[in-house]
Amino acid sequence: MEIIKLIVLAMIAVLAAMAANFGQDWPYSVHMFIVMACAFYLFVKALQKFGDPRAPVDTGYQDDVVRAGVIATSFWGIAGFLVGVYIAFQLAFPALNLDLPFTTFGRLRPLHTSAVIFAFGGNALIATSFYIVQRTCGARLWGGNLSWFVFWGYQLFIVLAATGYLLGATQSKEYAEPEWYVDIWLTIVWVAYLAVYLGTIIKRKEPHIYVANWFFLAFIVTVAMLHIVNNLSLPVSIFSSKSIQLFSGVQDALTQWWYGHNAVGFFLTAGFLGMMYYFVPKQAQKPVFSYKLSIIHFWSLIFLYIWAGPHHLHYTALPDWAQTLGMVFSIMLWMPSWGGMINGLMTLNGAWDKLRTDPVLKMMVLSLAFYGMSTFEGPVMSIKVVNSLSHYTDWTIGHVHSGALGWNGMITFAALYYLTPRLWGRARLYSTAMVNWHFWLATIGIIFYAASMWVTGIMEGLMWREVDAQGFLVNSFADTVAAKFPMYVVRGTGGLMYLAGAIIMCVNLWLTARGVGQTHTQPTAQAIPAE
Amino acid sequence: MDTYSIFRAFADSWGLLAMMLFFIGAILMLFRPGARAMHHDAANIPFRDDAPHPAPTNTDVKGDRDA
Repeated sequence: MEIIKLIVLAMIAVLAAMAANFGQDWPYSVHMFIVMACAFYLFVKALQKFGDPRAPVDTGYQDDVVRAGVIATSFWGIAGFLVGVYIAFQLAFPALNLDLPFTTFGRLRPLHTSAVIFAFGGNALIATSFYIVQRTCGARLWGGNLSWFVFWGYQLFIVLAATGYLLGATQSKEYAEPEWYVDIWLTIVWVAYLAVYLGTIIKRKEPHIYVANWFFLAFIVTVAMLHIVNNLSLPVSIFSSKSIQLFSGVQDALTQWWYGHNAVGFFLTAGFLGMMYYFVPKQAQKPVFSYKLSIIHFWSLIFLYIWAGPHHLHYTALPDWAQTLGMVFSIMLWMPSWGGMINGLMTLNGAWDKLRTDPVLKMMVLSLAFYGMSTFEGPVMSIKVVNSLSHYTDWTIGHVHSGALGWNGMITFAALYYLTPRLWGRARLYSTAMVNWHFWLATIGIIFYAASMWVTGIMEGLMWREVDAQGFLVNSFADTVAAKFPMYVVRGTGGLMYLAGAIIMCVNLWLTARGVGQTHTQPTAQAIPAE
Repeated sequence: MDTYSIFRAFADSWGLLAMMLFFIGAILMLFRPGARAMHHDAANIPFRDDAPHPAPTNTDVKGDRDA
């Protein structure tokens, strides 16, 4: 077995070196060089361990990989937010594009979206799902070191995607920009992820599969399906990063938004709901308000979400019936979304007093409030008449960010605050006051962001459609750009506050993990309510 | 028939029916007799691992809610 591993790694290193040499474009060669370096490093490490007596069989929960996931989530979070703040100010001050191809908005923007969704969000999902599945199944992760392959394989995917964007390799599909070989690599990693997750569920000691695991499983399976179908493409050469999509025209557009919207629905919603259904009950120390409602939430969500994608293509070449279908399903989605939000919030029934002493719980409540708000705003924006005003404007950007910063960001921060003391064996967080600072910086930052984007979005939508008495358009595109400047500065400021909060969190988590000054602070995780 | 028409005909007949029945069946399953005890048990799964706090019982939760 060990000798096979060595041979495979050596072959990968040699083939990657050849590919780097024959590469027809820059991104491809750089990527193959990275692959070669990784394979070579693993080869050397495997060689050093060769012939060692077998390590003792590990018992208990596999938490090393969760710890690594917490670190990776924090790191990519800061990186993604930083790029986000930078590109926000690029829109206000174009000089920040620096006149370099690598730092233009067009290349940094996918870097930002992928870093926050797939690197920050994805690592949070992998880490929390590994933590939750073990504890709700009473079983160690299946597959031994396969979970480590998932973790490091996913980091390699992130690095390949990010460097590809900067060097200009993209297949121009929103949220699915990485080119064909990166897609193939992610497919391999994702199948391993599914195997670890499913294997752990199969060997569980609990008779039931807790509802959080349903959501995680739906997320893993659906993302696999979406990823494969949306990335069906043919490379122009095995030595090139360029590929041609299998679908074209409106079919390609619909496939893309079937993927794109379900990336929101299953990556950013179902997966994060899995986090919510575990961490909110744990932090509130009460079981979920209604388990029945959580299951209705699950089935309704997955049955409805998959049809909502066409609302991204209103008033396009997509057949009218398909647009209406997308709109109707988007509106129906409001119900399960709010059912889930109410279920989460009502879990705190009888424990609302904990909010006074526990800022982590406060973050969870805020994230649920933003989940409710953005899942109300979304259906409204999917209505054709509203969409004719909102589409292509900054309103969409504001909507996405109230969901991403409010719901995904806050529930992830809360999960990190929950996990760090437990994973590093500390009694409590380093500082509750810092969590409060983070909470308020993030909250005010989101409000700056969302409010400025509403104003500028509706303003530019109205300016675009404004006609004079003769029926001529009143405003040129550049007029709207000039009018939006103050709002862009406000938006960037909001993002800066959100980033500042996340930096405070990282310092807090670092000091917690190190166990600094534990005797001087108040416990947060098990705060005793003031009666 | 061309591929589109075949898929379309299947999607708005048997495919639609199968998905509707599955969905309705999954919801009805929730309200079968005996589900309440099972759901109560399942809802308490997160409190069964190494947590220092004992799992709250159903009566505790009810009492809190009434208060």
